[in-house]
Amino acid sequence: MTTLPLDRFSLAEDRRRLTLRRGALVAVLAALLAGVFALTLSLGQSYTPPGEVLRVLLGEEVQGAGFTVGQLRLPRAVLSVLAGLSFGMAGVAFQTMLRNPLASPDIVGVSSGASAAAVFAIVVLSMKGPAVSVVAVLAGLAVALSVYGLSFRNGVAGTRLILVGIGVSAMLESLVAYILTQAPEWTLQEVLRWLTGSVNGARLDQAMPLLAALLVFGGLLLGCARNLMALRLGDDTAAALGVRVSLTRLVIIVSAVGLIATATAVTGPIAFVAFLSGPIAARIAGTRGSLLIPSALVGALLVLAGDYVGQFLLPIRYPVGVVTGALGAPFLIYLLVRVNRSGGSL
Amino acid sequence: MSVRAPLPIRSLALFSLLAALAGLCALSVTIGSRDVSWSEIVAGLAGHNDTIGEAAVALRVPRTLLAVIAGSALGLAGAVMQGVTRNPLADPGILGVNTGAALAVVVGVAWFNIVSTEAYVWSAVAGAGCSAVLVYALGSVGRDGATPLKLALAGTATSIALASLIIAVVLPRNDIAGGIRSWQIGGVGGASYDRILPVLPFMAVGLAISLLSARQLNSLALGDDMAAGLGERVPVARAFAALGTILLCGAATAACGPIGFVGLIVPHLCRLLVGLDHRWLLPISALGGACLLLLADILGRIIARPAELDVGIVTAFVGAPFFIWIVRQQRIRQL
Repeated sequence: MTTLPLDRFSLAEDRRRLTLRRGALVAVLAALLAGVFALTLSLGQSYTPPGEVLRVLLGEEVQGAGFTVGQLRLPRAVLSVLAGLSFGMAGVAFQTMLRNPLASPDIVGVSSGASAAAVFAIVVLSMKGPAVSVVAVLAGLAVALSVYGLSFRNGVAGTRLILVGIGVSAMLESLVAYILTQAPEWTLQEVLRWLTGSVNGARLDQAMPLLAALLVFGGLLLGCARNLMALRLGDDTAAALGVRVSLTRLVIIVSAVGLIATATAVTGPIAFVAFLSGPIAARIAGTRGSLLIPSALVGALLVLAGDYVGQFLLPIRYPVGVVTGALGAPFLIYLLVRVNRSGGSL
Repeated sequence: MSVRAPLPIRSLALFSLLAALAGLCALSVTIGSRDVSWSEIVAGLAGHNDTIGEAAVALRVPRTLLAVIAGSALGLAGAVMQGVTRNPLADPGILGVNTGAALAVVVGVAWFNIVSTEAYVWSAVAGAGCSAVLVYALGSVGRDGATPLKLALAGTATSIALASLIIAVVLPRNDIAGGIRSWQIGGVGGASYDRILPVLPFMAVGLAISLLSARQLNSLALGDDMAAGLGERVPVARAFAALGTILLCGAATAACGPIGFVGLIVPHLCRLLVGLDHRWLLPISALGGACLLLLADILGRIIARPAELDVGIVTAFVGAPFFIWIVRQQRIRQL
């Protein structure tokens, strides 16, 4: 850790440098994301020249490429990016708020709540489209709030919240497993979506709820980014700095859950993306300043690249959740060891 | 809580559990998707297989047996595990041991074409052992050793990772996917003597080791330093007891698939009955586990009539609230 410069001018200078560096880094991440996005559009089973891809994107009728790019690759890539942004941003919001990198929505039960609700809505209530997203968001919120309520005892300790979340998600996962066994007519692909997350069979109209959620909830999260940063110092310090702790917490929980649940209703709970994005972003960007945007970009990169790897670079086509899940395992071990050794910051 | 309940209470607990087990066994044979008459039950138990009812009863017998064996193994394993880790949240399901066993079995089936139950058991035990060591090592890195939170997190996170590895292994193999998926939920339905017999030696050795470690677990409960002061070789005692739970969990998982929460609930309830002395707690937990799993299996048959709810789902639904209750009771230290 470097010593902080103490006089006023060098503090301002330091701050300006940090902002600049952060800006450059976000730009690099965004450029990388755009690059991978372009790659997934033009290179799949067959190669489509960038010129043709561009013409398809501009809405022209192109023989052949119109189908492969416009119908197959574009919806997939768009959904991957949107879901990744949502998972990444919501994940780091939870991790920062609870001051524990392991307290990501996929571990504390939010993802499994949304996924259980989505499966229930689809299989048992035979719902479709946006209605599923609404149900998933409501159930995700209900699960998050009940986890919060159940861990309330003279205030909410982060530890208790994580453990209660683990219990709740164990229950919900067995509910998902049960509903899936009751739906024998489903294909294995469809089942896998709800067990591990996948963007197979993506359609462009599925992107709308995701986009809306990103605008609303993502905007809310970015709006309280400063308060979120203050929460990192501990609830008491944050309160002393003038942050209304419980209100901030509520806003963050609602918006993070909104993001996670909307994305989960479309792609299923893509394993570990919410969990990994924040810590990876922290490694790249340092822990000073808000990690929401870097982490969202990392999440999008993870899903996009994970899906590409799963589709084309492995001997068998795997859904993206299997790739991110397997990729996540070694990183998770590293993270657990590091967190346990140092005591819990990102 | 007193260290040990008075002897009459302990004996009463023992006998009432035995009676409950007998009663549940009887219920398990008589209740099911199909209503059968008493004469058919008697005939079915006597080995006749002439009517559908008699055949149903004949199928329920091995199922009951498997539930008793697996339940007692899981209950006992949970009690030993909570003793070894001095952790109220220890459970073969929470700590990822069952998922490890499941992954090993799935890998064995998909890559090495294992078919015999013996091979299932060996690979399950190996997988359970590896994941137990991994999770414990991950959870105990750092200054304050294996706290409940660190262990639970390490177990959950490892379970998620292993579960996606299971999918990765199963996915290319459409031929085995269906079977593995139903096995993975954890159930005792469709049990047969062929599936039970190969598991028994492992269970027996695991049972013996676990029961023999009772005295050492009592010393360990006082803390590592005190146990060492009492002349216990702490790492050896811990490894010995852990070997017992690994054998039990691996064997139970090989026979029924991963079943969670039995190992969590049972020791806690049994501690309320007989106190903290492991020499009593361990056998009582084994009995209690058998009762709980049987009860869960019977409930699963009643609730979802005419279909059946797999026992793993029932235990998760009963167990998760219990887990949350324990979390709320304990003053769990901050990470």
